[in-house]
Amino acid sequence: MSIIAPDTLVPSFELGREDGTKFTEADLLGKRTVLVFYPFAFSPVCTSQLQVYTEALPEITADGTVIYAVSTDASFSQSAFREHLGVPIEQLSDFEPKGAASKVFGAYFEPAGMTNRALVIVGDDGRVLWSYLAESPGDLPGVNLIIDGLAAS
Amino acid sequence: MRDLSSLPVGPVDSDDHVRGTAGDALIVYAEFSCPECAVAAERIRASDRSVCFRHFALESRSALAVKLAIASESAARQGMFWEFHDSLFADQGRLDDPHLWQRCELLGIDLDRFEADRRDPLLADKVASQATAAMRAGATGAPSFVVSGSLQQDFPA
Repeated sequence: MSIIAPDTLVPSFELGREDGTKFTEADLLGKRTVLVFYPFAFSPVCTSQLQVYTEALPEITADGTVIYAVSTDASFSQSAFREHLGVPIEQLSDFEPKGAASKVFGAYFEPAGMTNRALVIVGDDGRVLWSYLAESPGDLPGVNLIIDGLAAS
Repeated sequence: MRDLSSLPVGPVDSDDHVRGTAGDALIVYAEFSCPECAVAAERIRASDRSVCFRHFALESRSALAVKLAIASESAARQGMFWEFHDSLFADQGRLDDPHLWQRCELLGIDLDRFEADRRDPLLADKVASQATAAMRAGATGAPSFVVSGSLQQDFPA
């Protein structure tokens, strides 16, 4: 599965927000958005990744950019995960149908039935500005890649 | 605002804490409240390889991490970095201030000077700059090891 390419208009998708409402392609309009796809809430590696991103939130959001984290966990699990860590990054659930939105972005890891580790930056017009797919789910993208992606987009 | 764009970590320099002389020092980014970092420190000691310790202390990971990193730098001003490093990793269940004072007493660290140095903003700056350097090099957790110029979380062979 290939990650969604730059200049692609993000197709229709639907994710669940923690408050029970839906997050769709329409929510990407009007601001630059970073989507962080990660495999599982509460897995040790994912925990480290989101904590490091939290440390860099001032730099990531300096110009009004918004960041979300996406996994195939249910919203209840994601909320518990976020609150447990003290991580403020809003979670978006790709739980049912499982991985459907992640597949739209090319960020689903079929062999394990989970979200792959990927980063997608979407512009305020809903077009992809920059994307990154890790070689494997165990390959964690550093926050430097997000900063590089924002600078390049 | 910090520059967090990609940049490889720098080589060992005179500002680093280095122990041992066997070959090139293994650069480790770690923090003192992290159990995995304690295990890595023990494995390094058992291997007799030389090591360079750098701080990867983030508030978002541990409420104690930055405070302990600064305390270790304060101990370093009295030439006791590695003694303090070993003491912290040897007992991670006792990391609050009274425990740190007790460690100072046991190690022969002047407590008044230790407390004064902990408040020196230069030490906080050093700890923060090392965390920034680690993030610029792609660190996503602790411990991280520099192997062939790149950071990895697997303990190096």
